[in-house]
This record gives sequence, C-alpha cells and structure tokens, in this order.
Amino acid sequence: MTDLFPVSDSSLAELRGRLATEAASAGLLELRVRTVDSPVGPLLLAATGSGLVRVAFEREGFDVVLQSLADRVSPRILEAPGGLDDAVRELDEYFDGCRTSFDLPVDHALSAGFRATVQAFLPHIAYGRTLTYKEVAQRVGNPNAVRAVGTACATNPLPIVVPCHRVLRSDGSLGGYLGGLDAKRTLLDLESR
Amino acid sequence: MKQPFQIAVERHGATVLRVCRATLGAGPDADDAWSETFLAALRAWPDLDEDTNVEAWLVTVAYRKAVDLARARARRAVPLDPLPEAPTTDDGDAFFWWDAVAALPERQRLAVACHYLGGLPHAETAELIGGSPAAVRRAAADGIAALRRRFDSIEGILP
Repeated sequence: MTDLFPVSDSSLAELRGRLATEAASAGLLELRVRTVDSPVGPLLLAATGSGLVRVAFEREGFDVVLQSLADRVSPRILEAPGGLDDAVRELDEYFDGCRTSFDLPVDHALSAGFRATVQAFLPHIAYGRTLTYKEVAQRVGNPNAVRAVGTACATNPLPIVVPCHRVLRSDGSLGGYLGGLDAKRTLLDLESR
Repeated sequence: MKQPFQIAVERHGATVLRVCRATLGAGPDADDAWSETFLAALRAWPDLDEDTNVEAWLVTVAYRKAVDLARARARRAVPLDPLPEAPTTDDGDAFFWWDAVAALPERQRLAVACHYLGGLPHAETAELIGGSPAAVRRAAADGIAALRRRFDSIEGILP
C-alpha cells in the first residue's frame, strides 16, 4: 500500500540534515554521529559537545556501537551529515600522510581507571614508532600490568586518534586490534612510509 | 527510551512524512510538520517508556503537529485551495499521488493518513480524528477506493 505513496531518499536525507541542525540549536543533540570512508574501511565518528568521544570500525557493528553510546552517554543521538568536520579533516590529513598527531577536542567519557591512564599515555608514542605492551606497562608505572595494558588497547574508544595500533607484542608480532589485524598493519605501514 | 534516536528517525522517517503529506499536502508545510514531530520526539525521548510502540507514538505526534500547522496556516489566512496541479520535482517523489490524496474529502484523507499510511488501528485513529471506529473504518475504505479509482482511470496515460 505504501508503495503507492512514495517519499524519496533525497527528501528524507534533506529532512534529516535539517533536523540535526535544528536539534543542535535547540540544545537537544547530545551525540552527533557521522560515517566516513577510510583506507581501513568505513568509520563511525561520534562527538559530544566536548569533543570526539568514539571512533568505531565497521566490524564492530555500527548498530551495536550506537546502542552502547545510547546506553553509556545519551540516547539523543542523531546523524549530523555536515558535523564533525574537524575530525573528518584531521583523519583525512592523517591518512594522506601529512598529519602525524591529532589536536582535536576529545571527550574521554568512555574511559576510566587504569584503562584511561594507558589511553592517555598512548599519544606519547611518536608517529611511526612502536612500543610493546610490556614497555607501555613500564611507562605508566605498573610493569606487571601487561595484560591490563592489552585490555586498555583493545577497549580504546578512540582508535587511530588515540594510537593503540603503535603497541605490539614483545616478539614483534602485531597482537590484537579492534579494527582487525589488516587495519593495524595498514596504519603501521602508513606511518613507516 | 534507551534506543539511539537516530534509529527511530531511520526506521520511521518515511511513515511520518507520509502522514504529514497526507494531512497537509506534499510541500513545505509537511516538511515543517515532519521536523517539529521529530524535534518534539527527541525532547521526550529519554523519558519515553521502553515498551512504547514508537511508530504509533510518532504517528500521533505527527498528526497533532500537522493539525497545529493547518490551524496556524488558517489563522494566517492563507487560502486552503487545492494544491497546484501535479507539481513535479526532480527528486523522484511522485507528487501526483500526494495530489490525489489531497483531493480526498477531509475525513477520508485523515483516516487514510492515520490508518493506511500511519498504521494506526481504527480505534486509535478514531480517538485522534474523532468519530466512531466504524465511521473511521468506512472513511478509510472509501478514501482508498477513491484513490484506486483514480489510479485505474489514469493508468493508461502514465508513461
């Protein structure tokens, strides 16, 4: 029946864009999300009023990620097609090889405790360099917490921007990565060029 | 409600637009009603019960927003003439059909909007637009029959 009463995707896309703008000016938009293409596949970006709060890989399942953001931050989530421009630009520059660190406003709402400590340390590993999980544990003052460092990297809510891909196993093998090992290899190759 | 609001917009955006267009005609007023519906929904969203039927709730909000807009439009003394003849847009929407809906008598149009396009049961439609469920059922059926007749009569001349 509804096939007889068409509404086009472009009409709806336009209305959704307008809604995001109006919701933001009404102070009702607590999380803006946007998906972008990248050399490591589509990325979902999410930002609060304070800054970028989440970068997610497609293999995590964007619906799952959205639901977890709704549970942990706010269900007032909208796609903002023109939003998050700074994050998109800095990521583009990074993937083009002309940016070696990010200076975006970032919201660490999804990190706590020792994981937050590790994640705060990660940007101090220079572009193109790597450390082992063990070395990171030493640097953050808890040399026995190697496994916990692994968990902190595996649960990093801001991969790429917070460079957990620069942490490897002691034997030089890759270890794990939320975006998959191919993605980790792609990022390390990019940084070694 | 803990579901991401974006998912409700994706899932029900088209239904809400159909209800707005059937009530107000396809055009800027329907677009405004759509926006106001989702803004109001976003405001209420975190306090909404988890077991709410989101689509039915959005359709009732949309209907009320559309009626508010129609009243405001009447106050501004904008003539409620039939919409201009089959405006065509380049975005692929077949506005012909929205014209056909707009040409229905008001009760039929509202019953079609809420029941056929919005998916509300006759009883809930009756609560919204007034009248008995039986009368609403008849109005919706008559409206759809009129649209079918119009469709049949123009089918031969469609490209």
